[in-house]
Amino acid sequence: MDMNVLRSLLTALMFAVFIGIVFWAWSGRRRADFDAAARLPLDDDHAEGGRR
Amino acid sequence: MQAQEQYNYTVVRQFALMTVVWGIVGMLVGLIIAAQLIWPDLNLASWLSYGRLRPLHTNAVIFAFGGSALFATSYYVVQRTCHVRLFGDWLASFTFWGWQAVIVLAAISLPLGMTSGKEYAELEWPIDVLITLVWVSYAVVFFGTIAKRRVSHIYVANWFFGAFILTVAVLHLVNSAAMPVSLTKSYSAYAGVQDAMVQWWYGHNAVGFFLTAGFLGMMYYFIPKQAGRPVYSYRLSVVHFWALIFTYMWAGPHHLHYTALPDWAQSIGMLFSLVLLAPSWGGMINGIMTLSGAWHKLRTDPILKFLVVSLSFYGMSTFEGPMMSIKTVNALSHYTDWTVGHVHSGALGWVGMVTIGSLYYLIPRLYGRSEMHSMQLVTLHFWVATIGIVLYIAAMWIAGVMQGLMWRAVNPDGTLTYAFVESVKATYPYYAVRLLGGVLYFAGMLIMAWNVIKTVAGQKPAEAAIPAPAAA
Repeated sequence: MDMNVLRSLLTALMFAVFIGIVFWAWSGRRRADFDAAARLPLDDDHAEGGRR
Repeated sequence: MQAQEQYNYTVVRQFALMTVVWGIVGMLVGLIIAAQLIWPDLNLASWLSYGRLRPLHTNAVIFAFGGSALFATSYYVVQRTCHVRLFGDWLASFTFWGWQAVIVLAAISLPLGMTSGKEYAELEWPIDVLITLVWVSYAVVFFGTIAKRRVSHIYVANWFFGAFILTVAVLHLVNSAAMPVSLTKSYSAYAGVQDAMVQWWYGHNAVGFFLTAGFLGMMYYFIPKQAGRPVYSYRLSVVHFWALIFTYMWAGPHHLHYTALPDWAQSIGMLFSLVLLAPSWGGMINGIMTLSGAWHKLRTDPILKFLVVSLSFYGMSTFEGPMMSIKTVNALSHYTDWTVGHVHSGALGWVGMVTIGSLYYLIPRLYGRSEMHSMQLVTLHFWVATIGIVLYIAAMWIAGVMQGLMWRAVNPDGTLTYAFVESVKATYPYYAVRLLGGVLYFAGMLIMAWNVIKTVAGQKPAEAAIPAPAAA
């Protein structure tokens, strides 16, 4: 097969992977996990260096 | 062992303080070269000439100021979001001293005229080897920390930091490939248009991954932290990340419009640059909307002002960038001061302000305080810096468009209307306004330095305990 066909296929595959990521991120099943993940920076306040 | 239960703040402190120092040094060199454009007599000696100081300015602000800020914040964020001490204390310490050595070597070799002539990659090969050693160590420390994390999820800021570290490693290795002829001179492994394309593949991804992805990592931690609320949409942040990763790599050819680069490559570069608008604005909206429901905090909190205005400049420059990558627009803007204005809207506005905002959050906490010595001075810094940026970029926009129009103007008989030197003469007033803008931004950094000294003086370095793993 021509190398350039492979290259084009790879680009198309990458695009498909990206579309897959978008659907994965927007699927309802991820919501609870993402909500928990979004709180990661905020949940460690009790160990803040500023408190003494 | 006691050390097991504490975060490694030492290396964060070192990098955070050096960020302020290198910011002042790099911007001072910027002031000198801005003044040299107005008063050429200031080219006092060969090692103080514009051609040698200009790469010193760019290297100092990007790699010394920006780089130290990225080391400091990535080391802080990765520990605090992984609930684990930094991997490899001595290796982290090596990245600090190694990076400072790179900066000092750059500050010596560039004024001496030792350069490989590649923009943003001017340093000669022995320094490139040292950079590689430091960078591999950085990757080991960062990814080693992620590998031993005590929370299952890898927070999105760490994805951005990780992509930045990985990509910069690849960019540096490929673009710096060279054949040494002596200790201080080497020649690129590539030739002709391939060399140009490799250079701007590197150059634009240095913008995309060093100056964007890394600082977006900062944005995704420090804005939620300072606003006291989680990021607006976590799933948008995931898509934002992958969209940037898949797109940025292709944008480089827009630096080579109307050159010997094949036309199709130029068009791909332009197309992907236009596509980049979507993820860039998605990320900007995600950051700004994090404040939704807490807009009132913007009125009183100067740190949030820095962080949110940095996102506004990010939005502005990521709109301007795709626009300038359109070939017909580029035909006007390329080689003019418009480009310089665009870069500084990104550098002073986005990179500078998000860094300064993050440091104002970080530095007091590294010294056991809840805020900076004087929040009034932080507010003053904010206004001085903002006015400085606006003066700077407005002057360069006007100057750039004027130069582009003068250079392309032709008389009815086909001869050029203006000699080049006439466009230089017409630019003088704008160079003066630009210098004024730069002086203001620099003055802001001096205010910051004073405030940092007052915050840190007499304080014991803080130690922070790592939260115990959630009881199972």
